[in-house]
Amino acid sequence: MQLPTDRKEITRLQELTYELRVEDAMTCTVFTVGPDATMAEFREVLRANRISGTPVMEDGKMIGIVTIEDLIKSLAAGELQATVRERMHPKPVTLYADEPLVHAVARFSELRYGRFPVINREGQLVGIITQGDIVRSMLKRLEVSYREEEIHRYRASHIFEDIIADQVALVFGYRIKPRDFSRAGEASSGLKRTLSRLGIHPSVIRRVAVATYEAEINIVVYSDDGGEIVAEVRRDRIKIEAMDHGPGIPDVARAMQPGWSTAPDWVREMGFGAGMGLPNIQSCADVMKLDSTVGVGTHLTIIIYLAQGDQGQPSR
Amino acid sequence: MKLREVLQFIEGRVISKDIDLEIEVTSGGGADLMSDVLAFAQEGMLLMTGLTNPQVVRTAEMAGTAAIVFVRGKIPPPETIALAAQKGIPLLASKFTMFETCGRLYRAGLLAHGLFELTIREWHDAFEGRE
Repeated sequence: MQLPTDRKEITRLQELTYELRVEDAMTCTVFTVGPDATMAEFREVLRANRISGTPVMEDGKMIGIVTIEDLIKSLAAGELQATVRERMHPKPVTLYADEPLVHAVARFSELRYGRFPVINREGQLVGIITQGDIVRSMLKRLEVSYREEEIHRYRASHIFEDIIADQVALVFGYRIKPRDFSRAGEASSGLKRTLSRLGIHPSVIRRVAVATYEAEINIVVYSDDGGEIVAEVRRDRIKIEAMDHGPGIPDVARAMQPGWSTAPDWVREMGFGAGMGLPNIQSCADVMKLDSTVGVGTHLTIIIYLAQGDQGQPSR
Repeated sequence: MKLREVLQFIEGRVISKDIDLEIEVTSGGGADLMSDVLAFAQEGMLLMTGLTNPQVVRTAEMAGTAAIVFVRGKIPPPETIALAAQKGIPLLASKFTMFETCGRLYRAGLLAHGLFELTIREWHDAFEGRE
């Protein structure tokens, strides 16, 4: 079942349509015609500017839209001397400049028009948008974020390249106090900041942070004498180990099921203990290993790959 | 949607001092279960919650959410406000329920960010995997 991978890719493009606004994609130079121009004159406007439709303006106000289809109909009927006013579509559907691009996408697929005039909140015409504009703006944005990613990778690898050794690993250790909920999360927060200083990619940091935070909460909640979180950063991957001498997990397979929990009420009141912790960790990790012995303790190991490993998110 | 607009739609109040109301939130989500938030939250999301302890701020920090709205008229304790100030996460308050707060924002065009990934396979197996 490739469901999750497919969904991921769609989500990134969808995200872009939420991030971008209509004004980021639209063309600001709008060619217009007056209502008393003939269709023959309109044809010249289209031809000279290589466009396929324009708003119709009268006294500074948009009163309609006229397109190449209207021109073709006039041509077929041999009525090129008809005025634009007779052939235009009055009251065109418009978009607001500050609307998210996703609204424009929805409008195009719903109405199947070739273009929409764009107005500001005062009702003035400020641009025009076609599906081509949308594609161009999204490609441009993708290129920018790809370049940013390149820069991030450079910074991340920088420290490793300055050190001369066959193998380099940076190790960060954090002590976790038991039952101290007010400080739970400090280790993860520290690790998150450290990784971002190293220039690790934000999407990797996020996965590390979420997984580490859940592991930290588990140690705070279940262990009697606290525990330890150790992060080892290498060129190609981050390994996080969370260790405690707590009570151990009697049934690991069961603990991995979403919704299964043995958390006491005080933990639930804090918003945790709903049985999503370990499944959450697993969904963030590329590799997850959980060793637990009742009465001895729990040793959780997760690995998240950097850069090239981003593609390889196997077994979810 | 800017925080300024969020405040208008939910008739909300600002809890944090000195926050930038021009900050953009790209989507919204509501939950009182912090692990659920960690599972579905996206960078730039606006988090609606009825929970007020400092772990809400930690969760927001880890998940990268842009701001937090406390619903049902709940005011967080000083330690939560202090932690949020330290982490630079804006706190807002709504007197409405979770349902109404989220509903007002959704109606105003603030959208959700896809499905809940952790359970999508269970959902698929339970309802859509059968012929």
